[in-house]
Amino acid sequence: MDQILGNIDLLIQFPVVNLKIIIDGVMIGALFALAAYGLALVWGVMNVKNLAQGDFVIGGGYVSWWLANNVGLHPLLGVPVAFVVMWGIGWLTYKLVISRVIERDLFTSLLATFGLAIMYAQLMNLMFGSDTQSLVLDVSILGLQNNYYFADGLIDLPAAKVIGVVLAALLATGVILFMKRSRMGQAIRATAQDARAARVLGIDTEKVYAFTFSLNSAICGAAGAIIVMVWVIQPFYGITYSVRAFVIVTAAGLGNLPGVIAAGLGIGAAEQYGSHIFGIGYQQAIAVMLLLAVLVYRLLQQKRNRQVLQ
Amino acid sequence: MTMQKTSFYAILLAIIVAAPFLFPDFTTQLATLWLFIIVAMTWDMTGGQMGYNSLGNIFFYGTGMYVAAVIAIGLVYDVGEYTGASGGGRYDFTNEQYIIGFILGTLGAGVFCALSAFVLGYVLFGLRGPYFAIGTLGTAIAAGELVSNWDWVGGGQGITLPVYGGDYDQTKLFIYFAFAVVGVILFIFLKWLYGTRFGAAINAIRDDEEKAEAMGLRTLRYKLWTWAMSAFFVGMVGGISAFQLISFEPLESAYQTINLGIFMVVCVLLGGKGTLWGPIIGAIMFQVFKEVTWNYFLGWQWVALGALIVITVVYFQDGLMGWLQQKKPEWFGIRIDQKEAASEAAK
Amino acid sequence: MSIIDVSSVSKSYGGVKANSDISITVEKGGITGLIGPNGSGKTTLFNSIVGYHPIDSGSIKFEGQEISRMQVPEIARLGLLRTFQQTRIYGEMNCVENMLISLPHRKMTFWENFQPNSKQDHEKAERLLEFVGLYEKRFLRSGSLSFGQQKLLEFAMALMNEPTVLLLDEPTAGINPTLINGLIERLKRANSEFGITLFIIEHNMRVIMNMADQIYCLAHGELLAAGSADEIQNDQSVIDAYLGAH
Repeated sequence: MDQILGNIDLLIQFPVVNLKIIIDGVMIGALFALAAYGLALVWGVMNVKNLAQGDFVIGGGYVSWWLANNVGLHPLLGVPVAFVVMWGIGWLTYKLVISRVIERDLFTSLLATFGLAIMYAQLMNLMFGSDTQSLVLDVSILGLQNNYYFADGLIDLPAAKVIGVVLAALLATGVILFMKRSRMGQAIRATAQDARAARVLGIDTEKVYAFTFSLNSAICGAAGAIIVMVWVIQPFYGITYSVRAFVIVTAAGLGNLPGVIAAGLGIGAAEQYGSHIFGIGYQQAIAVMLLLAVLVYRLLQQKRNRQVLQ
Repeated sequence: MTMQKTSFYAILLAIIVAAPFLFPDFTTQLATLWLFIIVAMTWDMTGGQMGYNSLGNIFFYGTGMYVAAVIAIGLVYDVGEYTGASGGGRYDFTNEQYIIGFILGTLGAGVFCALSAFVLGYVLFGLRGPYFAIGTLGTAIAAGELVSNWDWVGGGQGITLPVYGGDYDQTKLFIYFAFAVVGVILFIFLKWLYGTRFGAAINAIRDDEEKAEAMGLRTLRYKLWTWAMSAFFVGMVGGISAFQLISFEPLESAYQTINLGIFMVVCVLLGGKGTLWGPIIGAIMFQVFKEVTWNYFLGWQWVALGALIVITVVYFQDGLMGWLQQKKPEWFGIRIDQKEAASEAAK
Repeated sequence: MSIIDVSSVSKSYGGVKANSDISITVEKGGITGLIGPNGSGKTTLFNSIVGYHPIDSGSIKFEGQEISRMQVPEIARLGLLRTFQQTRIYGEMNCVENMLISLPHRKMTFWENFQPNSKQDHEKAERLLEFVGLYEKRFLRSGSLSFGQQKLLEFAMALMNEPTVLLLDEPTAGINPTLINGLIERLKRANSEFGITLFIIEHNMRVIMNMADQIYCLAHGELLAAGSADEIQNDQSVIDAYLGAH
């Protein structure tokens, strides 16, 4: 308890520490938002609640890590490669499992993807071992410093993190433009609104579903390839990314892109604050407690409307 | 009860009692089988009979473990001091301390878990469908993380119970029979419960909760009681597991969300949701599968189990009993109006 | 004596006023009808009463108690029961099981919930199934019954629940016209023999004219007319509303 008060005191004494926490939170939150956006996409379009979301993220991280260590691929190039590889894995997953659970009740998809999550995590454990891994992004060849310092060194800003956020923003912008402009994007949005009507109007919804799920997996993979540069990955970290994605989507609602981004950044900051105040060991617990808090909030909101959350 | 049924149950009981003596090398596996049967049956109370698919029932298992251990230790030693020493110093259980700690610990675990089901359920039962599943999963994960940060109960290290001088084989038998007694009581309890108005009411909630509400059923109360009864038994077996494992830690053995937490669901699906025997048969099927993969796919066993979950959910969700019910509805006393069914089909 | 008092209830969805300033009363022991063309706000009003959505303003009282802020199950437990336009029964259970689950749980003590159903319960279930003409089919899976039969079953389930007031949402919709007279007969008997107050939304003018003591007519979300069957039948504004004149 004393330690907690001491940590809060530190925040008040040195306001600049708040800034550092917020910057860190926003950076990591941007990556959460990517995974959450993929989840919202799949949830909205095919009504599948994907609990293997986080494992796609970790999978993308391992793709980049493995190639960097075995082929010598530059970590920055790992991002597009992870995007492509995870696209393929997403497509396979869709064809083998997801396509058979779309029309079923929601618990089926939840449970099937939970099974997939366990399988993927264990496969990665067998292939890459259970140690935490990360990649060092050396940006000196680009003429940049690897670390920038502000406020008398109280705030350090690793270039890798900044690049990570920029890449995440680029990816998000690309996906948004794709959804708005391309024919496939329009078909996806039409299917999300009314799959039956879309079918009647000649949209091949089966193709749309396969594409959406692969796209989601690819987005997650790219996010994972960024995470491996700025943080660490481990085969069993997937579930916490899934939980975070669920927190964000539940808080923001489906089809609310600005909401997803805001909630993603907010959760990143909240987690950083939480782990600063309560200690690093509570970081995962905080992500989950936020989910429960959001659910309870939504519940009370619905109760005022004489409705339940379903 | 007919003569046939009486003799069936008598034979069954004889097998239960004789099993550990016939296969003394497998006493621990048989005890684990009981654990799976019990958690599957309790999961089916909410998941199968009431339509509330919880992914967080493991919360009660883990909590039961901790409550039982804390009670058993607390009766003899100061808990904070005990866990603080973590291995240093010598702590023993005498025979009497072990037995009293075991009984009070497991019962206390059951009661504590039932109470926490009331508290949690009050919030979580406002959530329907997938939100309930995610909410309960979140609760279990959060509990594991919080407990692993709580030094009073040993933090991430977990708890190792005091040294007990009893004979090893005897202790194993004792644990087996503790599980078996809880399992048999649970079976009798459920057989009775599903025949009462209460049983019918939770079936109604499963089939159409909105209709049940509109008919004036006290849905929230029924849901809370069902979950609390289920939590009571899970908490008790959690307590027994604490004594079986002796040493356990929060994330891998107590709040093992991705192991036992999901396996119990798979057991129920394999055997057939919403039936009395389905979870039992499913747990046996699952346990056999698990042992086989452990022996023949070493290293890949977890992947195989994940695959089993996916395949069960995607292709075989109604389970063995569900499949039988479809093939032979008359065995289950289901009658369909042939004429009407035919005209419905023609539409 | 009135049992349901709706006074100046308004409800709008976005910009659309589904109900504006509606006041009606349902007399205890009688049959009250609510009619109106499609989109006139009947179902909105009905849902406001049984608690499916909040109202914007006004008050709804049941036996003198304000219910406009209560949730569906609380209202149902007061003895205000509804049937659904698209019938809702427990399709996997047989008819008798459907009836038994409809026993009035609100009148049971906690321990009575944990008892098996008594012989009297079974007899009552079968008597009511006979009353609606489903006795022969009582052991069939209810999901395999025809739509009309399911509707009758739902009605029997409602009677089993011994409600004070029964709100029926278009009880004759989707029913074979030759069966309608039988249904009207049974509804009237439910009212006279079991003493259940009925409040019926009905699209079919002939049905409601044959039964109701008091009729309210809605159009465009407003109360257009109120009165006995004769008065409503001769009300020019009601005739215009049904013929689509404005």
